[in-house]
Amino acid sequence: MEVKKKPKIKDIPYDEFIDNDSLEKLVKELNTGGANVAIGVLDDVINWGRSNSLWPLTFGTSCCAIEFMALGAARYDMARFGFEVARSSPRQADMIMVCGTITNRMAPVLKRLYDQMADPKYVIAVGGCTISGGPFVNSYHVVKGVDKILPVDVYIPGCPPRPEAFYYGMMQLQRKVKIENFFGTVNKKEKKPEE
Amino acid sequence: MEEIKYIEPSQLRDEMLRLRNEKKMDFLENLIGMDWGTPAEGDAPEMTRGLGVVYRLESTETHEHAAVKTSTLDREHPQLPTVSDIWKIANIYEREVYDFYGIEFINHPDMRRIYLRNDWVGFPFRKDDEPEKENPLNMENEETIDTTTELELNPDGTIKNVENVIFDDREYVINIGPQHPSTHGVLRYRVSLEGETIKKIDPILGYIHRGIEKMNESLTYPQTLALTDRLDYLSAQQNRHALCMCIEKAMGIEVSERVQYIRTIMDELQRIDSHLLYYACLTMDLGALTAFFYGFRDREKILDIFEETCGGRLIINYNTIGGVQADIHPNFVKRVKEFIPYMSGIIHEYHDIFTGNIIAQNRMKGVGILSREDAISFGATGGSGRASGWACDVRKRIPYAMYDKVDFKEIVRTEGDSFARYMVRMDEIMESLKIIEQLIDNIPEGPYQTKTKPIIKVPEGSYYSAVEASRGEFGVFLESHGDKYPYRLHYRSTGLPLVAIMDTVCRGAKIADLITVGGTVDYVVPDIDR
Repeated sequence: MEVKKKPKIKDIPYDEFIDNDSLEKLVKELNTGGANVAIGVLDDVINWGRSNSLWPLTFGTSCCAIEFMALGAARYDMARFGFEVARSSPRQADMIMVCGTITNRMAPVLKRLYDQMADPKYVIAVGGCTISGGPFVNSYHVVKGVDKILPVDVYIPGCPPRPEAFYYGMMQLQRKVKIENFFGTVNKKEKKPEE
Repeated sequence: MEEIKYIEPSQLRDEMLRLRNEKKMDFLENLIGMDWGTPAEGDAPEMTRGLGVVYRLESTETHEHAAVKTSTLDREHPQLPTVSDIWKIANIYEREVYDFYGIEFINHPDMRRIYLRNDWVGFPFRKDDEPEKENPLNMENEETIDTTTELELNPDGTIKNVENVIFDDREYVINIGPQHPSTHGVLRYRVSLEGETIKKIDPILGYIHRGIEKMNESLTYPQTLALTDRLDYLSAQQNRHALCMCIEKAMGIEVSERVQYIRTIMDELQRIDSHLLYYACLTMDLGALTAFFYGFRDREKILDIFEETCGGRLIINYNTIGGVQADIHPNFVKRVKEFIPYMSGIIHEYHDIFTGNIIAQNRMKGVGILSREDAISFGATGGSGRASGWACDVRKRIPYAMYDKVDFKEIVRTEGDSFARYMVRMDEIMESLKIIEQLIDNIPEGPYQTKTKPIIKVPEGSYYSAVEASRGEFGVFLESHGDKYPYRLHYRSTGLPLVAIMDTVCRGAKIADLITVGGTVDYVVPDIDR
């Protein structure tokens, strides 16, 4: 089946994004069962709204958090893309940007924050430390990659990443949100944990 | 090289009291845990073995220094006498040593772990400990413990375990952090309240403890440099400057005058950068969002200058042993010269929008007063100490780089409240601009890097050097045994004393003042936890 959904980001052509393959693979996976036309259109409308108002949780442990603050300030101004409403409570946030090293002591706290967020929720791993442990990979007290404890949607490499890199990663997340079937998969109620 | 006097544990307290009372050594600069290993055949008779502590003291009156060490050979239950009743900061430093080395301090009121989980097995900084093997990632939530143990010395010489209560059942305790926007990172406070008034604060640290000091013991000297920028990322230049200076001092490497100029200018730019961020964060904590944008607008201009020369915005990796990574960019002088009049011309906007504001004044004036005695006893250096009337600037005390050749004023205020702490920083921005102005036109020609060997072996001994980082004295203590790896590399955290003062400063204040005080003392958590 031909891939129909091509997420559009304003002013950036589709082919200029790298890693389109994995996105197309995801689309294929999501569309294997086929979709109802009416629901498909509704999906597109809802995803358009969702992808342009992703609210991040203000979460930062070290250096990357300062760059995250720079994103919120005037020069880089993430409000242009709908990210500006940084929430301090996980219950109001759509995504968590893991900015900075996660240590063994912090890991259960981070997991709890993630669990407190409402579905659908997304995780962005920012910086070398959260991706793999980074410069602290040999430390006895650092989690070697936040993907060991959370499902990560987008990785933004750098130490710390430049604000432009943050945007690229956030746009990749927007593209991911745009192709999802909101009614089919994402909006499903979370299963109750088995007793 | 620094001579450290050895004192038997049994005489330690007498000697410490003598230094404190007769020599007026009122500033405990460092308290460093050490593992000198077990005695072996062929040890020189004066060689220290066992688990021990190095104390570095300074007198604020005479500026005399003293360094003392002590050790015990018992590895099962190492015990040393406490000095936490002589210097208040020793309380938190000794907890750190207990956490890393398992040395129990007799009569210390609060022998709990400070950085690691309560259920952590072993003591990671001991040379024979294998922390990763015994402590896999534990995703269970951590139990909070309300009691602590004290080892009390009976008159007959035996030791009794006493249980001390931190918070009892009737107290109303609220938890702030580790995920809280105004703790500036992942710091956690447990606060006991009486109505709205703070009765007691118990800081819980270690949520960003990465074990940098331990990692350094298996890195070569040039490699250790990489981690200093990530301690206090708002003093990246100064931190790295301190470590480079320490190694250069140990190796006897002379750096060129050009490098000294560049380092000094970079340090001061970093200080302005940090103080602007301080302003932005403090104002945002107090609810002034527009002021936040002002701080960040001008901070970006400094980051541009950094980026052009060093290639990085935040983690800069610029200083190297014997020089700097690369020569300054051709635009550097021009850019800095543009920045100086711009910044001094625009600073009045900062005062217009925030300093004069009645809400800001009411929230800061007279709030969170730190007395001069407490500042010294806690070793709270930097702007927070200077706001309490303690002239503790390392740039004046022990001048390094170009600081003895430039003319600048040490900003000291006497009020000791939050407003004084804020104003010290704002005035320091102007002083830093003045320093840069004096240097920027006269950068001499010369090499930007002295040739060093690819493998650096620091001669045996212990060395210490300190710089004035953005938020206080940042010191590097290096003990070398002649290898290509350091035997022990300890960083004097600038923020740890600032967290230690929180309990004293905030008692009796309102819960909302905790945010003001935390914002004005200006700590950076990755630097506290290391």
